[in-house]
Amino acid sequence: MADFLMPSLGADMEFGTVLQWLVKPGDAVKRGDIVAVVDTEKATIEVEIFQTGVVQKIVVPEGEKVPVGTLLAVLAVNGEAPAAAPPEAKPKPAAPPPPKAVAAPPPPPPVIAKPPAPKPAAPHRLHVSPLAMRIALDLKVDLATVTGTGPDGAITKADVERAAKAPKAPAPPVEVKPAAPTPAGAPAKPAIAPIDHHAAMRKVIAAAMARSKREIPHYYLGTQIDMSRAMAWLTAENLKRPVTERLLYSVLLIKAVALAIKEVPELNGFWIDGAFKRSEAVHVGVAISIRQGGLIAPAIHDVEKKSLSEIMVNLRDLVKRVRAGVLRSSEIADATITVTSLGEQGVETVFGVIYPPQVALVGFGKIVERPWASGGMVGARPVVMASLSGDHRASDGHRGGLFLAAVDRLLQEPEKL
Amino acid sequence: MSADEIKALYLRELHKIAPEVDLNEIDPAVDLREQIDLDSMDILNLAVAIHEATGVDIPEADYPQMTTVNGCIAYLGAR
Repeated sequence: MADFLMPSLGADMEFGTVLQWLVKPGDAVKRGDIVAVVDTEKATIEVEIFQTGVVQKIVVPEGEKVPVGTLLAVLAVNGEAPAAAPPEAKPKPAAPPPPKAVAAPPPPPPVIAKPPAPKPAAPHRLHVSPLAMRIALDLKVDLATVTGTGPDGAITKADVERAAKAPKAPAPPVEVKPAAPTPAGAPAKPAIAPIDHHAAMRKVIAAAMARSKREIPHYYLGTQIDMSRAMAWLTAENLKRPVTERLLYSVLLIKAVALAIKEVPELNGFWIDGAFKRSEAVHVGVAISIRQGGLIAPAIHDVEKKSLSEIMVNLRDLVKRVRAGVLRSSEIADATITVTSLGEQGVETVFGVIYPPQVALVGFGKIVERPWASGGMVGARPVVMASLSGDHRASDGHRGGLFLAAVDRLLQEPEKL
Repeated sequence: MSADEIKALYLRELHKIAPEVDLNEIDPAVDLREQIDLDSMDILNLAVAIHEATGVDIPEADYPQMTTVNGCIAYLGAR
């Protein structure tokens, strides 16, 4: 018999909500199968199971929010005869109180409508839960036509499903919502308040980053890397590839980090209970921003063993799923080092904050053309600033410097990556 | 393809990449990287999607022309 518990999907996850079971009692499962979809503060996660067996009992029903470590389901493992029903010991935490019907706040004093701000005004962003977004994609619902009933007008799963069922009417012109809420006749709250992912994600990031700055004695190193060889190789390589198989330069950076880390292994792993636990596998967390705000750094597994093409496929898939709000449990929980590339926002240098319990974060800025002296000659070269934020409990600046030097060296031979 | 067909295709693919964006508010003349924070992965995915829908091969050097709605209409119209 084996217990399947609510996993901890990141250092700061305390609760998860079972959105959906993908298995039922009697189903055979094997290690790595996705058995449930769980909503956390940060994202909707497809949870994989770590044992092979037969599902015997589902303990926590769909829709229930439970703490990390709660028994979710019971498995009969390897040849075990499905035993008599286990005792009904259901460690069920008190159900959260139903959302209170809050009296509408008094209407704000009337304000004179301001003329629209001069251009360029960013388009209005819809407030959508990741799950709703995914369902909208599946059901081909145009989110712009959906009226949100969640907090702050957020579009929820139920809203999308309602819209999908509604007869196809010509889309009404989208009105820009007035700034002031309508106090009278406020729409009734739905029975189950959906998670406000944006606010919840801010809280999770706040907790993780505050912990990082409180506990981790960071040191910071940076070095400029000449990218002319890497970029020339990439341009030539992409010319040979069909559009569907082209590489982004970030893939070269991720691979170079994974190979360099094998030379300086004290940057790869976790600081747990006062000691460094080195990881043999190199799972590179890639910081991916979410356009409505926030970020997630899911892992690409065993990067050092993968080809650039394989890493590109993984990266593309991850970005897609981060933005759709659906990740797998193994990707969220087990990055051994993180890479962040803020270059696209135009900054040249990143001073990163380590994501605990990891012990290092590698940052890359924008690739810029700079005067570069080499062999007594000055020329213009594409240059990137690579930085390392290291945990001084696990490594020292000297070793960190060797790591950045290795990244530089590896990027000078892009064809070997 | 007519300009309207190209525009509809572009916006449909953009919606898949950035479902949270209200397409009615997209300014077709402004770079989407500035307008709605698309990154190089999004632009690549857009190029791939348009390639798959139209069969037009879009070399990497032409990606900058795909970053506005109007630019894409002009580019595909000329191909």
